[in-house]
Amino acid sequence: MSLAAIFTQEHEAYRDVVRRFVDSEINPHAEEWERERDFPRDLFEKAGAAGIFGAKFDERWGGTGPDYAAEAVVIEELSKSLTFGTVSDLGAHIQLAALYIDRFGTHAQKDRYLRPSISGELLGALAVTEPGAGSDVNSLTTRAVRDGDEWVLNGSKTYITNGAWADYVVVAARTSDEPGHENITLFIVNSDSDGFEANRMRMIAWHTSHTGELFFSDLRVPDSDRLGEVGAGFGHIMTNFQWERLMMSLGAIAQAEKALEIAVSYARERSAFGRPVIKFQVWQHRFADLSVQIRTGKALAYRALRYHLAHEAGEEVTREELVKITSMAKLYTQRLAWKVADECVQVHGGSGALMEYPAQRFWRDARVGPIGGGTDDIMRNVIAGTLGLASNSG
Amino acid sequence: MKTSPFSEEHQLLRKTIREWAETEIKPHLGEWEEAGWFPSDLFLRAGSLGFLGLAFPESAGGQGGDYWSQVVFLEEMGRINGSIAMVMGVQTDMATPPILEFGTEEQIETWLKPALRGERIGAIGITEPDTGSDVASIRTNAVRDGDEWVLNGQKMFITNGARADFISMVVRTGRHDADNPWGGISMFIVDTSLPGFEVSRTLGKSGLKMSDTALLFMDDMRLPANALLGVEGEGFTQIMWELQGERMAVSVSGAAGARAILEETIEYARHREAFGRPIGTHQAVAHRIAEMATEVEALEALVYECAELWNRGVYATEEVAMAKLATGLVGNRVADMAVQVMGGAALVEGSNVGREWLGSRIGRIGGGSDEVQRQILAKIMGIG
Repeated sequence: MSLAAIFTQEHEAYRDVVRRFVDSEINPHAEEWERERDFPRDLFEKAGAAGIFGAKFDERWGGTGPDYAAEAVVIEELSKSLTFGTVSDLGAHIQLAALYIDRFGTHAQKDRYLRPSISGELLGALAVTEPGAGSDVNSLTTRAVRDGDEWVLNGSKTYITNGAWADYVVVAARTSDEPGHENITLFIVNSDSDGFEANRMRMIAWHTSHTGELFFSDLRVPDSDRLGEVGAGFGHIMTNFQWERLMMSLGAIAQAEKALEIAVSYARERSAFGRPVIKFQVWQHRFADLSVQIRTGKALAYRALRYHLAHEAGEEVTREELVKITSMAKLYTQRLAWKVADECVQVHGGSGALMEYPAQRFWRDARVGPIGGGTDDIMRNVIAGTLGLASNSG
Repeated sequence: MKTSPFSEEHQLLRKTIREWAETEIKPHLGEWEEAGWFPSDLFLRAGSLGFLGLAFPESAGGQGGDYWSQVVFLEEMGRINGSIAMVMGVQTDMATPPILEFGTEEQIETWLKPALRGERIGAIGITEPDTGSDVASIRTNAVRDGDEWVLNGQKMFITNGARADFISMVVRTGRHDADNPWGGISMFIVDTSLPGFEVSRTLGKSGLKMSDTALLFMDDMRLPANALLGVEGEGFTQIMWELQGERMAVSVSGAAGARAILEETIEYARHREAFGRPIGTHQAVAHRIAEMATEVEALEALVYECAELWNRGVYATEEVAMAKLATGLVGNRVADMAVQVMGGAALVEGSNVGREWLGSRIGRIGGGSDEVQRQILAKIMGIG
């Protein structure tokens, strides 16, 4: 018996493809994009052409999968880039919007939205969070009212990654007020629809990302753009949260690895009191500790990945097991990535605060992790729930 | 994609070991801890059940299983008690593997086979009053005299030392050489029944009390030529090899011990009420337990990755140091959180959690301290 290996030779070859893409198409421009707080939209098409969006999707729609281990490779390598805001946009497009279409869409919807998403020609975003409700999905107030063959949407969404320039947005809207979890329905909303407005948000982190707030006023969506069954939205969101949180875990570990690499490299070059900073034992031991924590977080994230792969392969994994291990992975890794980035800033001394060094950026960007995709406290609530310690009552 | 490394046979083995531990060890823990001792028959019993040689080859008197079967044993020992895990680990993963790896056929017959049957109790002798992880500085020495070796010196903090029949010991047999600072050290199987061996005293400890820890004294002790284990002058390399398996073992049992403490804490938090409801439903407590569960899960994932390497025969110095460091820290932290959640109940003598909390502190020192592991890791990272 053994602990099953996750990645094959093919996966490692694919890892090289993604790494080359990061090295040639992203990293050489990272500093400029960060300064401009923007990146060119055609990066999506380049990523599509490089085969980076297709790993988990069927060949029928232009993918090369479904292979979720390959998708993990994509996330790990993209996340080692020097501009995490850019990666966040790419991730929101392919991990959230496109995945929702793949999982819950009709044939026609996949043809229209998924295929061009995989090629990078059509940009997607997912909109759940609102000014008044985030992880508490049942409290959403954006409303969709049926009118013949159409639905009329009113409401607003916020902190929508990739939302400011997406061509389509998968929107969660309230379609009834009954008790229970059957009140939310998903819709595919085209951003060129009448009544759609998007503003890009200025954030302290993810400077290049096109995170936006969205407004819908009497926006009409044809019933053919309803995604999944009426009332099934809550369940769909909860299911997909697991994949999203797993991907965030792998991404955070990759970011932490990169931040540690940058920190160690700086400590070698910088001298103090007549010797390189790396020669001070406190820094050696601090780096050793961080490397252990990163490796531990990675082992946990890989354990969660194994559960997901087993689940995808139709093996016996209970939903509770999947939720528990995934929530643990997210909780462990997000704060860790930030802590590592914080030590990276620390070892840089004064340069740690300079915009021309990447240390501060890793630190700013990593701070989103314990908030986005369900906060640390939400994770603790979920984990406690799986341990039979319901704590939602406060 | 399987999520577990264990087969059905492993699970069956686990069930057997757990039943044994629950019926023959658990009821006596309080009494043994108070006495600072447990009956040596426990080794004999474990040996007769085949538990002491699970991953040793059949030709050496073992069961011929893979390392995951040893993981099962170590985990079950870790679950039941920290002292028991330590003494059993010394017998199965510290004192005996060097005999299989470096020993002669005769040494395997004389020492290893009886040890796996539980008839001969082993210990590992590295630390001295003045040196621990800095093995190159040991002073206990053996001088050749004809066909014999004359052994003089002291060994400190030796688990099983007060009752050991043999000690796999590192000893200086040559000079400290500037060209080869790790040379001049050899390993011996020291037969404690020979004249000149003395247990100076059994040391009282703050935790893991039922396991005996001794200061040993060797005074002109004459060892036969066949006491030399492995190659003369290669003892340093040999003991570094031993330490890998040792650290692996304490990581496996330590992680399982942390999980057992977690489970006991959850059980307690579900039933103990305060302010009209179970304490585990108060959010601050629930979140603390959620954190603890996450740490335990992450630790176990790390240890299993390490065990997988070990099972495949990879000499994974980096991963082993990581697992050892993480286990000590997490085990200690989890036990402390457990004490906090259980409150007074954990502070009463006889409380399992209180006992394990005291013992868990030793995990950050024994087998190479936190700092030693960090130094190893820094070296491997190319920065130390």
